[in-house]
Amino acid sequence: MTTARTDPDTPTVGLRLRGVELGYGPASAPPVVGPIDLDLPAGATTAIIGANGCGKSTLLRGLTRQLPLRAGHIEVLGQDLSGAGAREYARTVALLPQHPVALEGMTVAQLVARGRHPHRGLLGGRGDGDDAAIAAALESTALTELADREVTSLSGGQRQRAWLALVLAQQTPVVLLDEPTSYLDLAHQVDVLDLVRLLPDPRSAAPPESAGPHASRPADNGPAQTAGAPPAAAPRATVVAVLHELNLAARCADHLVAMVRGQVVAAGRPAEVLVPEVLADVFGLDADVMPDPLLGHPVVLPRGIGDRLPPRTAPASPTAQEYR
Amino acid sequence: MMPRSSVTAACGTGVSAHRAVSRMRRADRLRLGSAVAGLSVTLLVLAALRVLWGAYQVTPADFVRILSGQTIAGASFIVLEEKLPRAVAAMLAGAALGASGALYRRTLRNPLASPDILGVTTGAAAAVVAWLAATAAQMGGGSDLARSAAALVGALAAGAAVFLAARSIGGERFIVAGIAVGAAGQAIVAGTMLSLSQHDLQAATVWLAGSLNGVTWGRIALLAAATALLLPAAGLLHRALAPVDLGLPTATALGARPRRTGAAALIVGAGLAAAATAAVGPLAFVALLAGPAAQFLTGGRPSLTCSALAGAAMVVLADLLAAETTALLFDGARLPTGVLTGAAGAPLMLWMLLRQGRERGGRA
Repeated sequence: MTTARTDPDTPTVGLRLRGVELGYGPASAPPVVGPIDLDLPAGATTAIIGANGCGKSTLLRGLTRQLPLRAGHIEVLGQDLSGAGAREYARTVALLPQHPVALEGMTVAQLVARGRHPHRGLLGGRGDGDDAAIAAALESTALTELADREVTSLSGGQRQRAWLALVLAQQTPVVLLDEPTSYLDLAHQVDVLDLVRLLPDPRSAAPPESAGPHASRPADNGPAQTAGAPPAAAPRATVVAVLHELNLAARCADHLVAMVRGQVVAAGRPAEVLVPEVLADVFGLDADVMPDPLLGHPVVLPRGIGDRLPPRTAPASPTAQEYR
Repeated sequence: MMPRSSVTAACGTGVSAHRAVSRMRRADRLRLGSAVAGLSVTLLVLAALRVLWGAYQVTPADFVRILSGQTIAGASFIVLEEKLPRAVAAMLAGAALGASGALYRRTLRNPLASPDILGVTTGAAAAVVAWLAATAAQMGGGSDLARSAAALVGALAAGAAVFLAARSIGGERFIVAGIAVGAAGQAIVAGTMLSLSQHDLQAATVWLAGSLNGVTWGRIALLAAATALLLPAAGLLHRALAPVDLGLPTATALGARPRRTGAAALIVGAGLAAAATAAVGPLAFVALLAGPAAQFLTGGRPSLTCSALAGAAMVVLADLLAAETTALLFDGARLPTGVLTGAAGAPLMLWMLLRQGRERGGRA
């Protein structure tokens, strides 16, 4: 089953979808997604982009078993998990949903502790290993000092980091995120996505205190380091995020998937997918694409109806005066 | 930009974070343990008061003698046929209702979701009244077992009707469907009562108000058996559904199966509510309020054990007040226990509603 590259135990495909069809209501209703074939790289960050209603979120629902597959099958890290139990699946694939809810009065530590549910037996209590995972998750999201605060009292950015910490405490090699940056201001969007792109693969991590996610994440030294190559030592989780904001998607993702009406229309490196033709197909958007001057990822510059016409009135800038 | 650097810059924070998490876990556990211990002590004190104190008082020494088999004229009868069965029935019924309420609350993710609001208790009551009417012609009426079976069938039928009307588990739709089914159950009760004979009517009226008056050891044995069977199942289901607190998508992603396990939880909860209702009648508001009362003590953490203990304490206290205190104050007058839980429960529920509305408004 596994596709060998260098190490026979390390599959290069994180999620392999074959003939996957998803939909709501009776089976006769047209599918919302698919049938699609899709390979998403292991140990890398994939962003799924597309207009509203294109099936991005439905695809995530299928990947997390909230919605049963109508047809086809999904391989996770080279394994067919269709027969796996709910808890076993939850030890492999985690989800940060679009609108997560916390209980009234729940503290950050209590919320993050819920991430240990799939690792616990039905009768077993919380043990020291759970505490270690929770502590590591709080550390890598910089929430240790807020651990006893109530989740509802946090700011939007802090709250989103608390939910990321829950996903981290789940310690899964595959992490799915449904629009993790909605409702955040730009600085917090960048902050959350930098955390997301460097989520560690728990299977290869040393004990969390010594060389866990904390050690593998760069400090807040500026964007150059976070957007560059990841540290070679720490393998990353397979991350799949549905993202709205194209330039942030290009900044954080190694792989982009563009969807239109339940079908994949383009997949590849950001520079391959974010080209004017695809943007016109996917979003009906007229845009220019330029490389980011510092980081090199493509930047989308949207153009409106009047933008490409030569200006008729006298503009202020001298370069525009040359048009006349 | 973020307070991050101050936390992660220093080396060796991993150990202190681990310590902090362990400390918080122990604090949570201590709080839960204290709540369980406090509720247990309260329950035992109330039960002791219920058995020993009242219009007819029994000394602890006499009580022990009676339990060990000695016969004390007068006292033996009152303890064994009146005080003790009422105390035991109140504890069991309260625990069953409290546990049922905790299951409904968690499964349906709504503080107002409970078997009494959602028509399940009313369904059980309607089935029992219908059964009373059907067996009225027979001499001696039917057995306690048939009565409990009728209650269970009624509760499950009401639950199934709610599910069919709502077509899903959870959401506002479920609550509205439950209220509608409850109203239909009330209509069945009212209609059936008209066909009862004068004698049956009086017994049915007292039972419908939620009364421990007519409780017998036979009914208690059935209630005890049902509770012993269903409470452990309820505990396991409540635990397995813990991720549902965080919403359905997260619950599924954390390895819970909200639909399957939730359906099982609602069925077990209906069974518990039916067992309690068959024994002591539809006690108003206990299932609804035991959960919030318990969460107040645990610091917001849902606990089925605490909810069951709180339910038991509430019913014993209500029975103590209804039967003994009013008898002392008003010269022998006795209220059905359900009148008291209803009278205390209604304002508490309104207060909960207002508080919920205020919090929603504050957050928006």
